[in-house]
Amino acid sequence: MARSGLTDERSRDMTTMSRTERSAVGGHARRRRRRRVWVSITLFLLPALVLFVFLVLAPILIAAYASFFKWNGLGGPPTDYVGLGNFRRLFDDEVFHKDLWHGVVLVVLSLVVQLPLALGIALLLNQRFRGRAFFRVVFFAPYVLSEVITGVLFTILFSPETGVGFAQGWLADTSTVLYALFIVLTWKYFGFHMILYLAGRQNIPQELLDAAATDGATPWQQFRHVTLPLLGPTIRISVFLSVIGVIQLFDMVWVLTTGGPVHESETMAVTMFNFGFRRFEVGYASAISMAMFMISLIFALFYQRLVMRRDIQGAMTVMGDQR
Amino acid sequence: MLSLTRRSVALGAAAALLLAGCGGGDGDNSSSSGGSAKKVTIEWWHIQNQPPLRPVWDQIAKQYMAQHPNVTIKIQPIENEAFKAKLTTTTQSGKAPDLFQTWGGGVLKQQADASLVKDLTADVQPWIGNLQQIALTPYKIDGKLYGVPWDSGMVGFWYNKALFKKAGIDGPPTTWTAFLDAVKKLKAANITPIALAGQDKWPGMYYWSYLAMRIGGADVFTRANNDFTGPDFIAAGQRLKELVDLQPFQKGFLGAKFETPDGQAATVGGSKAAMELMGQWAPSVEEQQSGKKLGDDLGFFSFPTVEGGKGQLTDAFGGGNGFAVGRDAPAETVDFLKFFLSVENQKTATATGAVLPTVKGAEAALKDPRQLEVLKTVSGASGLQLYLDQAFPPAVGQEVNDQVAALIAGKASPDQVAKAITQTAKSQ
Repeated sequence: MARSGLTDERSRDMTTMSRTERSAVGGHARRRRRRRVWVSITLFLLPALVLFVFLVLAPILIAAYASFFKWNGLGGPPTDYVGLGNFRRLFDDEVFHKDLWHGVVLVVLSLVVQLPLALGIALLLNQRFRGRAFFRVVFFAPYVLSEVITGVLFTILFSPETGVGFAQGWLADTSTVLYALFIVLTWKYFGFHMILYLAGRQNIPQELLDAAATDGATPWQQFRHVTLPLLGPTIRISVFLSVIGVIQLFDMVWVLTTGGPVHESETMAVTMFNFGFRRFEVGYASAISMAMFMISLIFALFYQRLVMRRDIQGAMTVMGDQR
Repeated sequence: MLSLTRRSVALGAAAALLLAGCGGGDGDNSSSSGGSAKKVTIEWWHIQNQPPLRPVWDQIAKQYMAQHPNVTIKIQPIENEAFKAKLTTTTQSGKAPDLFQTWGGGVLKQQADASLVKDLTADVQPWIGNLQQIALTPYKIDGKLYGVPWDSGMVGFWYNKALFKKAGIDGPPTTWTAFLDAVKKLKAANITPIALAGQDKWPGMYYWSYLAMRIGGADVFTRANNDFTGPDFIAAGQRLKELVDLQPFQKGFLGAKFETPDGQAATVGGSKAAMELMGQWAPSVEEQQSGKKLGDDLGFFSFPTVEGGKGQLTDAFGGGNGFAVGRDAPAETVDFLKFFLSVENQKTATATGAVLPTVKGAEAALKDPRQLEVLKTVSGASGLQLYLDQAFPPAVGQEVNDQVAALIAGKASPDQVAKAITQTAKSQ
């Protein structure tokens, strides 16, 4: 019958197709679906991507470009190409050497004094006692205050003329200014790290500590072998933020001392500002900013790879499970 | 349709008239022809962001706008440091405000080289004669005028007569030796001889500059030709070191600023130090920051001469405030500048006590006899050297400030100072 013949034909067609072309049709559909996914991903990412490119990527590239020129920033793009001249000058610059040293001192002090202090207070504030919420707010308050207000506050406090109790002139003495700066930084930022630690501490289940206590662990052993290891991820991120903060330190120094006396409290960012906006050596200032960028980048990469590897892998495993 | 065309024709005609009026340079700007003139906006950046001058500037702009309805003046008063930062970022994009604060010298030269500012030589020709000619010096670059000053003054010692008397000093010293003696006497009488804003750095630069001028003559910096290692500059460093070694400054001066309630001006204003080396604005800042009036106890004397030096007591170190006009500014900007610098307007500004006028005749409004003295000294000066941080390219000016600050802090020798400044100057 014609009809059956037709069906036969069609079915034969289908069979042929199934061998050669069906995969192609399915591929089309899949590709179309994938393309649709890509379009929506792109659309969703676009606003963030545009912002990222214009506000992060472009300035980095422009600074990198400008760092190869001697340029006062006036009258159009730079033209006086000096190659690595700005960087050679940077490595010979005594002020830059001082900046690096100040960075090292501040990082070490932060890790040895500021963070343990924050941890100690966080653990204290985790205990149950009257007025706990009040103290949490009080210790966190300096962090909420603006850098400029804090700076002005402490210049008044430290001033030999109007100083209240602290009339030491620490900020005016080349041998003490860096430590005075560190005191202000600690006052300002320990509250932030304290809140991090407090949150981390509250995530530790009480059962673990109870179990340790039952096994006869002393309070110190409980802290050393239960609390501290479980606070690990928090401590690692807090150290990371602290170091990056020191590398980019600017506003507090600017308000307190503008880097002086005689560059003794200067940081890389302050030097960069001085060269870019006071001396109009934008090319050289760009080189300083590139150095800051490279130091931050290298530190971030190494730190994430060596220290935070477990934390990050953990995060990735979770993500893999959800997919 | 017809009316529209007619209006645009009228507009075009008005614009043409305007162009002709301004291009002619005969001083008669016909831009006040009423509502039919082209609407323009003048963007004006200045750093007089606080009373007493801010309201005066506002008033002048308002008056001008009332007389010229087609002109809108957009004023942006910005704090000094913020102004410098903001102007830098703006000029990097190749733009400049229509009318903005300038101090002349090296910074203005950089802006002129980048053709960001207008050459005003021809435009102001008809009326520039009303100004004191010595005040124009900082704004002249290669013979062309790129800015117009409204304030001009000089640096000298502001001293507390009562404290000098208490220490047994007869009168203001005129030689460096007598000056050092006065410092010693003040110290012996337990009085802090000098207030200095070490953190700001530029007040320290005044000492080194003046010493170099007194030793090498008023043109010592021009003659130096970017080499500051000559004997005059080394000697200036050594003389300054003599002073520093006497420890004449207030406690904690390295951390002090000029214009804060515990700064240099307030220390002198509050009679906690006997003198400061500062420009014509010192008395008003002393009063404002210390909240006290020294009145007749405050005196002014010129920087002493150095024995055997080529400089004279009448050589002045100073400068002032002016305005530059942006390259793309509307032609009305220059007309406004002329209005701004009229004798009446400058009298109003002068009456505040914060301006030493450059316009002849406006000094009649000066009330303070000390300011009159400064004005007399500066207009009769045998030579004028502009503030180094403005005369030199910014990088050199800042290096001078940095190096002299290090010398005053005892962290650099006169030799090192001279070498470092020369190195920066040669690299520019």
